[in-house]
Amino acid sequence: MTLSHPVSPLPGDAATIIEVVHLSKKFGANEVLRDIDFKVQKGEVVSIIGSSGSGKSTLLRCINLLENPSSGDILHHGESILRGGHRVSEYRTHVGMVFQQFNLFNNMNVLDNCLVGQIRVLGRKPDEARQKALSYLEKVGMAQFMNAKPRQLSGGQKQRAAIARALAMEPEILLFDEPTSALDPEMVGEVLKVMRDLANSGLTMLVVTHEMQFAREVSNRVVFMDKGVIVEDASPEIIFNAPRQERTRVFLDRILERT
Amino acid sequence: MEAAATGFALASLPDTFWAWVLFVIRQYGTLFLTGAGNTLLIAITGTAAGFLIGLLVAIVRTIPLKPSTPQPVRWLVRFGQLLLSIYIEVFRGTPMIVQAMVLYYGSSQLLGWDLSAILAGILIVSINTGAYMAEIIRGGIDSIDRGQTEAAQAIGMNHVKTMVYVILPQAIRNILPATGNELVVNIKDTSVLNVISVTELFFMSKSAAGTYLRYFEVFFVTSVIYLILTFTVTRLLRLLEKKLDGPDNYTIMGSQTTPAGMIHVHHGDGNLAIRGKWGGQA
Repeated sequence: MTLSHPVSPLPGDAATIIEVVHLSKKFGANEVLRDIDFKVQKGEVVSIIGSSGSGKSTLLRCINLLENPSSGDILHHGESILRGGHRVSEYRTHVGMVFQQFNLFNNMNVLDNCLVGQIRVLGRKPDEARQKALSYLEKVGMAQFMNAKPRQLSGGQKQRAAIARALAMEPEILLFDEPTSALDPEMVGEVLKVMRDLANSGLTMLVVTHEMQFAREVSNRVVFMDKGVIVEDASPEIIFNAPRQERTRVFLDRILERT
Repeated sequence: MEAAATGFALASLPDTFWAWVLFVIRQYGTLFLTGAGNTLLIAITGTAAGFLIGLLVAIVRTIPLKPSTPQPVRWLVRFGQLLLSIYIEVFRGTPMIVQAMVLYYGSSQLLGWDLSAILAGILIVSINTGAYMAEIIRGGIDSIDRGQTEAAQAIGMNHVKTMVYVILPQAIRNILPATGNELVVNIKDTSVLNVISVTELFFMSKSAAGTYLRYFEVFFVTSVIYLILTFTVTRLLRLLEKKLDGPDNYTIMGSQTTPAGMIHVHHGDGNLAIRGKWGGQA
């Protein structure tokens, strides 16, 4: 099934990129995710908020199969990605990931970081790959550092390069796992600005974040998680101004220091 | 030996230590050189082959098994991993001198092979080094941050691509000192191959020493040759390490704001030096 179908009103409509169904994840006896249901539609920017240990990063990692769900299912355009292991690598090329710790390939310079996936995984021609890499590096303001090795860059620069690497694969959806949490405060802004620009350009994004202002201003939907379950899934206006759940309100009061 | 019978030869033989050293060098120079050449040949080929064996073994031993992997594949991988563990245990757990005897005589007795001594030597050193290298490389792979693997998987790389393009280049750089160690050990340990008559340096020295029964002088020369071999190899590997680390500097390319700008950033000696010219309007 491809996205070229017109949007249909049927279940599993083409606009839904990812659908998570009754997902659970246990680490031993510890149940980190319990019966999670949610979906991401094309063009949406969804923020997942919640305190540390609420399971939000684990959920994101399950979606990219960096963690194996214990039960439940994940659908990509209506098709399960958990059945038949052979499609995993191909699926991942459609779902980009930006990590808290950047995870740029340390043995390559910035440009090669953006090329290796395009050439070795997607099989693009070097010229085409280079052109795309440069345009995305330009987009995140890192083109002039294309020759630098990761160890020569600041945290903010590394994260912007990592975003360019993910974008160069031209994924349908980009997952961000606390992209600014490992940054010095002064560098958070430059990364958030890039993410804002991407959101405005119509990229589908799923962002696990502690940046409440970003969640409020940039996302179409905010998902609040607590103790492994989704407590509330609503528009940012509702979540931040008039949450329906008491737990959401308590969390936001604490984090925004507005008690 | 009667002095009278060999009076002429004895009369011209050296009488001091250094004179003997010079004498055996002059007399057996080519023998030493051939021996040293064979030693290097076996040690370098054996280490290189062992390195490749170690790489393959380490890649197989690190294949991740997920619940989604089909049952027969998982069974096959586990079985392969078990065989490789046995290989490592056996060849790390027995002396190379014994392995040489078993392999050389066993292959001729059981399989009817007629291996040349040198080939048998290379084979033994390769298999033996492979077992050690497998563990060294696995350690090198384990030392690479898990995030590197995750990032590679996240852009759709499978296990082999992740290894080849991301993990192994970093792991190999990290284990280069240990690999150099292995080469040095091999240069010295090829000496045990004299038990299957490989004409390496030790074997040649023994032959040379036997003629005039001058063991001290001959093996003094031998030890100097071993030292020269290992020292040179160590230096060369250090150079290779430096080269693999790449330059400590990079060039900032022109951008939209500074079209012709080029800045060279040096991180070399801990001091950050920035040189360059700004072509555009900054």
